[in-house]
Amino acid sequence: MELVLTEDQELLAKTAADFVRQHSPVSRVRALRDANDPIGFSRDLWKQMAELGWTGILIPDTYGGAGMGLADLAVVLEALGRMLAPEPFLSTVLLAGELLSRAGSDAQKKTWLPGIASGEKVLTIAYQEARSRYDLRRVTTKAERQGQNYLLSGEKIQVLDGHSADAFVVSARTAGGQNDARGITLFLVAKDTPGLKLTPQHRVDNRAAALLTLDGVKIGQDSIVGSLDGGYEILSQVVDRATIGLCAEMLGGMSQIFDDTIAYLKTRQQFGVLIGTFQGLQHRAARLFMEIELARSSVMAAARAADANDPEWQSLVSLAKARCSDAYILAANEGVQMHGGIGMTDEHDAGFYLKRARATEMTFGDAAWHRERWARLHRY
Amino acid sequence: MADLEQFRTDTRKWLSDNSPQSVRGLILALGEGNWGGRKATYPNPDMKRWLEVMAERGWTAPEWPKQYGGGGLSKAEAKILREEMAALKLPEPLSGFGLTMIGPTLLQFGTEEQKQEHLPKIVRGEIRWCQGYSEPGSGSDLASLQTKAVQHGDYFIINGQKVWTSYANLSDWMFMLVRTDPSAKKQEGITFILVDMATPGVETRPIKLISGSSPFCETFLTDVRVPVKNVIFKVNQGWTVAKALLNHERSMIASAFGGGGKKRSMRDWAEEYVGLEDGRVADSALRHRIAQYEMDNLAFKLTADRSRDAAKAGRPPGPESSMFKIYGTELNQRRQELLLSIAGPHALGWEGPGFTEREITLTHDWLRSRGNTIEGGTSEIQLNIIAKRVLGLPD
Repeated sequence: MELVLTEDQELLAKTAADFVRQHSPVSRVRALRDANDPIGFSRDLWKQMAELGWTGILIPDTYGGAGMGLADLAVVLEALGRMLAPEPFLSTVLLAGELLSRAGSDAQKKTWLPGIASGEKVLTIAYQEARSRYDLRRVTTKAERQGQNYLLSGEKIQVLDGHSADAFVVSARTAGGQNDARGITLFLVAKDTPGLKLTPQHRVDNRAAALLTLDGVKIGQDSIVGSLDGGYEILSQVVDRATIGLCAEMLGGMSQIFDDTIAYLKTRQQFGVLIGTFQGLQHRAARLFMEIELARSSVMAAARAADANDPEWQSLVSLAKARCSDAYILAANEGVQMHGGIGMTDEHDAGFYLKRARATEMTFGDAAWHRERWARLHRY
Repeated sequence: MADLEQFRTDTRKWLSDNSPQSVRGLILALGEGNWGGRKATYPNPDMKRWLEVMAERGWTAPEWPKQYGGGGLSKAEAKILREEMAALKLPEPLSGFGLTMIGPTLLQFGTEEQKQEHLPKIVRGEIRWCQGYSEPGSGSDLASLQTKAVQHGDYFIINGQKVWTSYANLSDWMFMLVRTDPSAKKQEGITFILVDMATPGVETRPIKLISGSSPFCETFLTDVRVPVKNVIFKVNQGWTVAKALLNHERSMIASAFGGGGKKRSMRDWAEEYVGLEDGRVADSALRHRIAQYEMDNLAFKLTADRSRDAAKAGRPPGPESSMFKIYGTELNQRRQELLLSIAGPHALGWEGPGFTEREITLTHDWLRSRGNTIEGGTSEIQLNIIAKRVLGLPD
């Protein structure tokens, strides 16, 4: 495992950085927030990103994608993360797209994957419920067999990009008790299916999210993704892989707020000198630099291990997510603190990073949760 | 690549034919290996023979040029040699400041004559070196050093005192910093010079540490006559040499800590002293500290790998050696403190009955580890370096 970008990845990183700089400054995120639009991203930009090949990086070439790996997608996500771009990579590419790529029927793949690669479709998954926290097994949404069909009932929370999604992958219980791994089935539900109801949720990071209520939603057996009762295994694998993508985004975010903070230390004057001359700030900045470097190594290792199917890959996911959660929060907290009063204002970007840091921390398990998982995997 | 595979095959065979059976898998405590020099002692006769066969081939300094006694290996070949040595669990044939500090510095700054004189003796383990940098009044502010060297013809006469000279009492030569121009700005009046410890006027006195060991000395210099030809680089430009050498020193200290796989696993310690419950470390707070430490250690190791991979691919180096120095030494301290917590009252042994040898070693290693973030430039100095040289923060 070489922890270095290939020449192709270097090139991709540069293209992504240029594109993001030109088309997606943080001011765009601010404008989207102020518009209070439930879609929350730009379909036009999403289409352009698809044309650059980004939305199809993970999709097999038979379905219109490039069949590349997480290490490749990571460099794009890092660039997007720098400017907090809200386009639906997590929901559509890393979660729903990956579920279909890995477990979908041929018909399901043919229907949806080319549309993801071309930027025409948005998909998402509905897996979280009230109090389910980070446990993918805690599913109370029910799927009851009725002849050749299933009836879905329950409520899913914080469904990312729910209002723009053309279809949802919904986890539901077909057997077993509330916390059992066995007995969870994944269903693919198109957006206009009767009985689905979406209510916008307003999150601190302004990412589009919705409450999804399922009231006797009737769907056929061909809607099952993967196997009956066996949804947990594939869901947890895909969430682990998506976590690597999320970590890449976090790496971009923490790097940007760090760069912004260092730049501020070099321009802000107090007591007649630049505040960057103060050792109290210099040492904290140096420590933060180290934390970000260690986070970067962990993310690179996790992505490469997952691509190579290394037996250690899931333990490296926990390493990366624990490190990124801690480092992003530290970078954002220090960013606000070192900017002083201006960092507390809505007018300044620092707050956007502070909010996104927490939102990403609480997606797919926070640092404590991943350290506990790591400890279990290593028999501590 | 085919050449490298051939090199691997040949190396494996040669090591297997030439390394004494008894040194394979030999567990050596920190500082217990072969350090060479006129006063050398060896853990056993086979370790001496191991040094001799390796030195003969230049493999005590695998990457140094052959003309100075080194192995003349490429980076890739040296890596293979390390891997094949690890496969046979072979210890380092030789350690010391000759190989890690003054050797690389001479290769960079030495004259042809200086290289010819000193490098082959380092490779063969004939001369042991120590470092004369710090003084009683010059610790972190190294450039304020006061040991004076005044030129008389072909000689400098040196007067002053050095401190924290590692194993000066066991060393044959010292590389040191002296003040040659007291009127210049402090960094600009310093000279880097090599001193034979057998010269009249050189005296050493070991310093006893809180850990009970004495790896350092005070060194007193009274009218010590040193030939001008022993100056490395140029008179009054020793600071340039000193900084380059400090980089080698930091890399050496960083590589000595963190990421290591040879140590007894934390889980084994915990199983012995804390016990297990349902197969897990019984104390959940300790379990989390252990997991946190192990994860940080892994992230550190991955970062070192990344830095190496980037250098190999010809990319600009990422994190600086200062970062590895800080993080590596702090990890080692955390490890020692965690082991103290795990061992509990068994970690209180200084000597004598009722404590195992491993427990007593643990206590002493913990105390010694407190120095890791001080020696070779304190963590605070390293943070200054990162802030200024890596982040570009203003002075």
